[in-house]
Amino acid sequence: MTGKRLSGPENKKRILVLGIGNILWADEGFGVRVIEEFHRRYAIEDNVTMLDGGTQGLYLVSFLEQADCLIVFDAIDYGLPPGKLKLVRDDEVPKFSAARKISLHQTGFQEVLSAADLLGRCPRELALIGCQPLDLDHWGGPLTDPVRFQINPAIELACKLLAQWGSPAKLRIAPLPASEWLLANNIDRTNYEIGAQPI
Amino acid sequence: MTVRTPNGFNLDRSGKRIVIDPLTRIEGHLRVEANLDSDSVIRNAVSSGTMWRGIEVILRGRDPRDAWAFTERICGVCTGTHALTSVRAVENALGITIPENANSIRNIMQLCLLVHDHLVHFYHLHALDWVDVVSALKADPKSTSALVQSISPWPLSSPGYFKDLQIRLTKFFGSGQHGPFKNGYWGHPAYKLPPEANLMAVAHYLEALDFQKEIVKIQAVYGGKNPHPNWLVGGVPCPINMDGTGAVGALNMERLNLISSIIDRSIEFVEQVYLPDIAVIGSFYKDWLHGGGLSGQSVMSYGDIPENANDCSAKSLKLPRGVILGGNLNEILPIDHGDPEQIQEYVAHSWYKYPSEFSGLHPWDGITEPSFQLGAKVKGSRTNIQELDEGGKYSWIKAPRWRGHAVEVGPLARYIIGYAQGKAEFKEPADRLLKGLSLPLTALFSTLGRTAARALECQWAAHQMRYFQDKLVLHIKAGNSATANVSKWKPESWPKEAKGYGFTEAPRGALGHWIKIKDTKIDNYQCVVPTTWNGSPRDSKGNIGAFEASLIGTPMADPQRPLEILRTIHSFDPCLACSTHVISPAGQELASVNVR
Repeated sequence: MTGKRLSGPENKKRILVLGIGNILWADEGFGVRVIEEFHRRYAIEDNVTMLDGGTQGLYLVSFLEQADCLIVFDAIDYGLPPGKLKLVRDDEVPKFSAARKISLHQTGFQEVLSAADLLGRCPRELALIGCQPLDLDHWGGPLTDPVRFQINPAIELACKLLAQWGSPAKLRIAPLPASEWLLANNIDRTNYEIGAQPI
Repeated sequence: MTVRTPNGFNLDRSGKRIVIDPLTRIEGHLRVEANLDSDSVIRNAVSSGTMWRGIEVILRGRDPRDAWAFTERICGVCTGTHALTSVRAVENALGITIPENANSIRNIMQLCLLVHDHLVHFYHLHALDWVDVVSALKADPKSTSALVQSISPWPLSSPGYFKDLQIRLTKFFGSGQHGPFKNGYWGHPAYKLPPEANLMAVAHYLEALDFQKEIVKIQAVYGGKNPHPNWLVGGVPCPINMDGTGAVGALNMERLNLISSIIDRSIEFVEQVYLPDIAVIGSFYKDWLHGGGLSGQSVMSYGDIPENANDCSAKSLKLPRGVILGGNLNEILPIDHGDPEQIQEYVAHSWYKYPSEFSGLHPWDGITEPSFQLGAKVKGSRTNIQELDEGGKYSWIKAPRWRGHAVEVGPLARYIIGYAQGKAEFKEPADRLLKGLSLPLTALFSTLGRTAARALECQWAAHQMRYFQDKLVLHIKAGNSATANVSKWKPESWPKEAKGYGFTEAPRGALGHWIKIKDTKIDNYQCVVPTTWNGSPRDSKGNIGAFEASLIGTPMADPQRPLEILRTIHSFDPCLACSTHVISPAGQELASVNVR
């Protein structure tokens, strides 16, 4: 499993911090890039798991059902100005899904939530930390500036929630070696963006 | 006016046109348009991929050993199969062989993906094209129980179980939330199952949702993590360490036993739930044999699941390899991925630019240069197309062809080729299913046949997992613990220039990656994915692709609610680029339908 297992002491809430999105599509990668950075800079307690969910759909249900509280980083479309950060809590987090899809690949995260809900195992507390994207069309492109600038504020917001839930994240004392980064094989943000060739 | 395509379909675009288009550019990337005659029968079909992707743009200049990690991100469902295809392409280019254990583990991971994807595709997408969830509320739990007990020994079958489920469902719908069942065409006249069969299928929808989580644990063990399992050029990254000490994540007996038990339960679920459900659905829909399209004439499978490591001959591959043209089941033509004359992609009707619109390019020489132009008869504007003009360019999907022929790929293609080869493991289950439904062989060439072949293959793949798991354990017990060959890991050992290809049979069909390496970096990289074959637009000669062909001749009960089109397109398990995770406020529809 990526990150640590969800096996905290009984009295601690089990918390999943999840970043989702597609790193190949510019600002679509926001959620994954936030969790990557969060994990690189912060140490967490045993009852907290950090997970790079990528564009995985139903695969994620098993992670959700092991969590009491869930934080999700993702690009959102709420019609806000690009780069605007929004915190959506609990019942406000959209949980709909639709039977009338063209492809299984339209399994969005809402569907994952809805599936966990249908199984009666949705996390009790939900927090979506979303950022309105500027560019979702630039295949292979980096995060745009307004979105990149929201990585740190998104992490700060998550830190506040973790503290409220009694499991504060702590800045790492020693830098995390590259071998332990969430994204390896040169798809980490720096190497991904340095290696990008102009089209 | 009717036009006959070179591959034998009569097209008439004079009737009224319906357009099914994913509403936003973000969610869903496939658009289907069709012309109906006065009896609402489809006489022309147009399939258009609405999003551009070109992995080569991202991979050029990168380290070939990292390519799998990038290709794994193309898509959230096919992650592993892209990664496997990628490492095979690099190994092929550099002449790297893999140990026998690595071959077994890769096969188990690929088979695990087949089992998982087929199950999830059926229950969580496709079943709802055959099963009316709302009708399940009217079922008699006792009769439902009797139905299930008459077809399967599956233990979850008591009247009380179905009664409880019905109460839960009624509450769920009553509370106004429809969860995954929102926006369905419930009550549509094309639904044929009685309420009891519907209730049974909904119960299994939920059971499959729960069970699918078990299956992917296999990926987590062999891939070191999940999601996004690890892969390795030269083998697999998980070391074998039977005494249980050493590296974290190493394979030991406890982990092998865990996998073994998941395999047993997968076989049980597929045989006691999935297959009986397919037989029941088949019995109520056996008069609805539309959607065959290209399957009765031209099908292709690259083959996969090598019995022996490093042997990709048709003999070694357990999933069949070859091409059938013109419905001639007596001749299976051989495929060579490296032959520039065989697999070629055309762009006459795709939004790309080639030196010549009339010639195809082999993937090694592939070019991905976007060129967004619309045909003269298009309705709407460049940013808001109301109706495509299939006479011009109309899709972001290229048109791959095998020796110029449009072919269907996927589980049905594999079963047809396996059947034609006379392989008992494909022929006998297919014959049994057909006999049970009193249907002739030609009934396989249909939407229902595609759906049934996927279920049969799911069973086949679950048993093959068992086979390779046993083979792996035997090898390990004999003292063979090698999982990787790193003799050519260092780029200094590579030639200055190299090229290669890798292929797999992804759950939805033939997948190929072609790579050119120059000065230790990727010089060109092309993926030709299954949905490129099936969802391709017309080529320069006017041949239509598998999606388009499959819709021709299908009657529609209610064109405003195009259930029949979704049913047939879904039966291919289409794979479109995944960037589907932008969350938007509740209530948006995923697809809109316009009748013009």
